Amino acid sequence: MKAEETRESGVTGESRVAGKSVAGESGAAREESGVAGDPAADPISLRGATATLGGRPVLRGIDLTVRRGEVVALLGANGSGKSTAVRSIVGQVPLSGGELTLFGTPRRRFRDWARIGYVPQRTTAASGVPATVREVVSAGRLARRRFGPPRKADRAAVQRALELVGMADRARDPVSALSGGQHQRVLIARALAGEPELLIMDEPMAGVDLTSQEILAGTLREQVAGGATVLLVLHELGPLEPLIDRAVVLRDGCVVHDGPPPKAVGQHALPGHDHVHPHAAPDAEPIRTGLLT
Amino acid sequence: MLEILDYAFMQRALLAAVLVGITAPAVGIYLVQRRQAIMGDGIGHVALTGVALGFLTGTNPVWTAVLVSALGAILMELIRWYGKTRGDLALAMLFYGGMAGGVLLINLSPTGSNANLTTYLFGSITTVSPQDVVAISLLAAFVVVTTLGLRRQLFAVCQDEEFARVTGLPVRTLNLLLAITAAVTVTVAMRVVGLLLVSALMVVPVAAAQQATRGFAMTLALAITIGVVVTLSGTVFSFYRNVPPGASIVVLAIGVFALITALAAPLAKRRAGRVAAAEERCTLRDDVLVQSTARSARS
Repeated sequence: MKAEETRESGVTGESRVAGKSVAGESGAAREESGVAGDPAADPISLRGATATLGGRPVLRGIDLTVRRGEVVALLGANGSGKSTAVRSIVGQVPLSGGELTLFGTPRRRFRDWARIGYVPQRTTAASGVPATVREVVSAGRLARRRFGPPRKADRAAVQRALELVGMADRARDPVSALSGGQHQRVLIARALAGEPELLIMDEPMAGVDLTSQEILAGTLREQVAGGATVLLVLHELGPLEPLIDRAVVLRDGCVVHDGPPPKAVGQHALPGHDHVHPHAAPDAEPIRTGLLT
Repeated sequence: MLEILDYAFMQRALLAAVLVGITAPAVGIYLVQRRQAIMGDGIGHVALTGVALGFLTGTNPVWTAVLVSALGAILMELIRWYGKTRGDLALAMLFYGGMAGGVLLINLSPTGSNANLTTYLFGSITTVSPQDVVAISLLAAFVVVTTLGLRRQLFAVCQDEEFARVTGLPVRTLNLLLAITAAVTVTVAMRVVGLLLVSALMVVPVAAAQQATRGFAMTLALAITIGVVVTLSGTVFSFYRNVPPGASIVVLAIGVFALITALAAPLAKRRAGRVAAAEERCTLRDDVLVQSTARSARS
């Protein structure tokens, strides 16, 4: 709890400004951002990363930096390597080359997993044994207290996470009874239960109904406003578009674009649709509080 | 009914039965959750070599079985990690090797015979020795401490291994610990249920419990309750009818499974109906309809 407070107060200031800066800015300015601990450290820094799956090169030397307070979308077609990139960052896929640092620590020596909240791609395969929503979300709290019985603070964090995604009233229901969108919200609550600084989400909007999409966007908006750093794998920008600072587009395992999100099409491209940045002016973006509670 | 407690061998058999009834489902629930329900079966086959090794070396077969089946379980876990494509063949080799090795070794030993082997394959109530009871109690204590004490950690690992790794849990260590605990459970259960039917007692009470439960903790509690009820009643039945206890315990367990499934089906139907009804109430469409009809009635 204390860690979160320092994080929030530290991040709301200069580092957020740094976070929104254009890609390619020198590290020196960020070093002054004054966050306690490791001020200069980018949450994610991937340099020349290569990876192969079953003998086929999937990542062919990608660079990806996510700075503190940034919301970065990783875009690309199926098979472009975006999921592999994210899975290599969280250690599910070994890198065959290049280097990866998390919060300034080489991946091999990184132990501070409580700072990272991971939302894996949702699988439709049902688990063998029933589990309630609360049981699944509580597993996320293990990042903070790996062994030993849960304390009051842990239970409170789980409850908060459930409320954030609007699933508190379903806490005692089995996850197998949920819709795809509700299940996705549970997986995000599980990541949030550990009160992470960096959220890594793999296709959070895939197969999610409209109501859940709006709740997810609202949850994410709150996290970002609270200073969280986010890396999202997305198929398309969709309803999260106004939140995204930077987009990295992969094609055939290479970065082909790193900069502002690609031009939106459809409703977002229509004249009169203001692209308002939520950090700059939170009031400009209508927050539908009714859905968030 | 209580006169069977006058026999010392029955006291030992019933104590062993209770311990089996607790430990087998307590480990089995994690294997079922990880879709490895058959793992107990494999360990059972490998443990047979351990039993035979005990006869050959003149040590208590419970201890040699623990050792060999733990090694076998660790090997299975390593195969799961590294042998992605040929894993099933490697496991098959391990199963058959364990079975064949057991039969081979026991016939080589001076004291062992296929008749001894049968009591280990299908369980026996008369052969649980005082030394066995001590060994079984110690091993069961280890299983209970691990499976209940590390409940949340093992749940996380078995429910979503990928996520568990990112929380920083020592996933490999926990997986190995679970494999060893499963091996220990097999040896706890082999005297009463027998090596060929051990796996059934790990899986069937869990399968029965999850027909009626909604959460993991409830499933665990109910599975252990079912486990204790069937092992105790099966052992008592074996005393009166002189059949191997493993057989009567497993048949009873499957009976409980069928009973709960039959009772739970209408219950689940009603619950699903309730959820659907609740969701119907929450839509705004009815209100809109009511308002518009009211408005049209006014105008």
